[in-house]
Amino acid sequence: MNGVHDMGGMHGMGPVEIEKNEPVFHAEWERRAFALTLASGFRGRWNIDMGRYSREQMPPAEYLATSYYEHWLFGLEKLLVDEKLVTANELATGRAEARAGAEGTLKASEVAVFLRNRRNARLDDDVPPRFEAGDRVVARNIHPVGHTRLPRYARGRHGVIDRDHGVFIFPDTNAMSRDKKPQHCYSVRFAARELWGPEVAACDSVYVNLWDDHLDPA
Amino acid sequence: MSDPVHEHDRPLSGPALRVKALESLLTEKGLVDPKALDELIDTYETKVGPRNGARIVARAWVDPAYRQRLLADATAAIAEFGFIGRQGEDMVVLENTPKVRNMVVCTLCSCYPWPVLGLPPVWYKSAPYRSRAVIDPRGVLKELGNEIPEDVEVRVWDSTAELRYLVLPERPAGTEGWSEDELAAIVTRDAMIGVAQVTAPAESRR
Repeated sequence: MNGVHDMGGMHGMGPVEIEKNEPVFHAEWERRAFALTLASGFRGRWNIDMGRYSREQMPPAEYLATSYYEHWLFGLEKLLVDEKLVTANELATGRAEARAGAEGTLKASEVAVFLRNRRNARLDDDVPPRFEAGDRVVARNIHPVGHTRLPRYARGRHGVIDRDHGVFIFPDTNAMSRDKKPQHCYSVRFAARELWGPEVAACDSVYVNLWDDHLDPA
Repeated sequence: MSDPVHEHDRPLSGPALRVKALESLLTEKGLVDPKALDELIDTYETKVGPRNGARIVARAWVDPAYRQRLLADATAAIAEFGFIGRQGEDMVVLENTPKVRNMVVCTLCSCYPWPVLGLPPVWYKSAPYRSRAVIDPRGVLKELGNEIPEDVEVRVWDSTAELRYLVLPERPAGTEGWSEDELAAIVTRDAMIGVAQVTAPAESRR
């Protein structure tokens, strides 16, 4: 979706301010929002791409006016209701109408293994690559209303395949219909001038990870 | 930004209240176990952070064979230290040289290599960095105290897939003969994101 989350190249957002000796969390609620999101995700009712898409659907004015873990909180509440783990009424009242079984609930003793386990975005499927390193490509000029990992600033732009990373889940369909649609994921090098015009340094470039379904030969 | 020290003195409002209500609801429903939440938080507050990445960088600086393995297959080379798992499943290491500076961003969200750097700082997830890193990396770097000479190439890596990047900064002059631990101590988080260079402060030189 052409959402406000797709920020690459926007102006007016202000200076980058690095906080010295920044704590990992700035408030207790941030700790809990972070952990609630991971622990709820452990149930496997949604995938990481659905997680990202849930946050992208926060209304744009609200997205810009709120902090990072408020985006997470919005996304988590949405997923819990959409995936029927919680009813909208329970969320509104804070009172449980029904209880789930303990089955599938992350226990403290399982946390270390949960965090160390690989989640398989990389797939073993034998899918031939459409491109190889050095190929000239153009990113598709597409504007899907759903989730996509093709940023607006790269659409319609010409680039070169830098490397093929192998076969990965395709997030654009995995977020919308749980269709993994296995295909090759590449690093595509775009010259900075191709993206931003003649005012930027000629030698600079931006590398974007894109999939076969984002690209055409150029 | 709220002050964590005084957090508990104030009545809860806004997101704090919502999160508290949500945790009570999910706990009551049996969907989460608060002890598991404590464990998740403790992991990223005390166990996993940029000291992990600094050990990788220091090893690559002192051990050419390791550096080679790291550049060829970063996931496997980083796993030699036991740094594996969530948000670091497929790693790529980007080597800075006198002629190439690498800088990592996630314009669409907040993708970041958790096993080696921990959770991302606020600035990395913020609108200013996400919007500007791709269109004006030199401006951002200059503001942060790194003016890049014209003949040095800037490569910005937008983390749009489940690949996670770690920048291998240049080893600073004046650190010849330093031990791996001494080197790891001067490697900063920001240098491994690619918005700073590693320097050997005069007072830390032997």
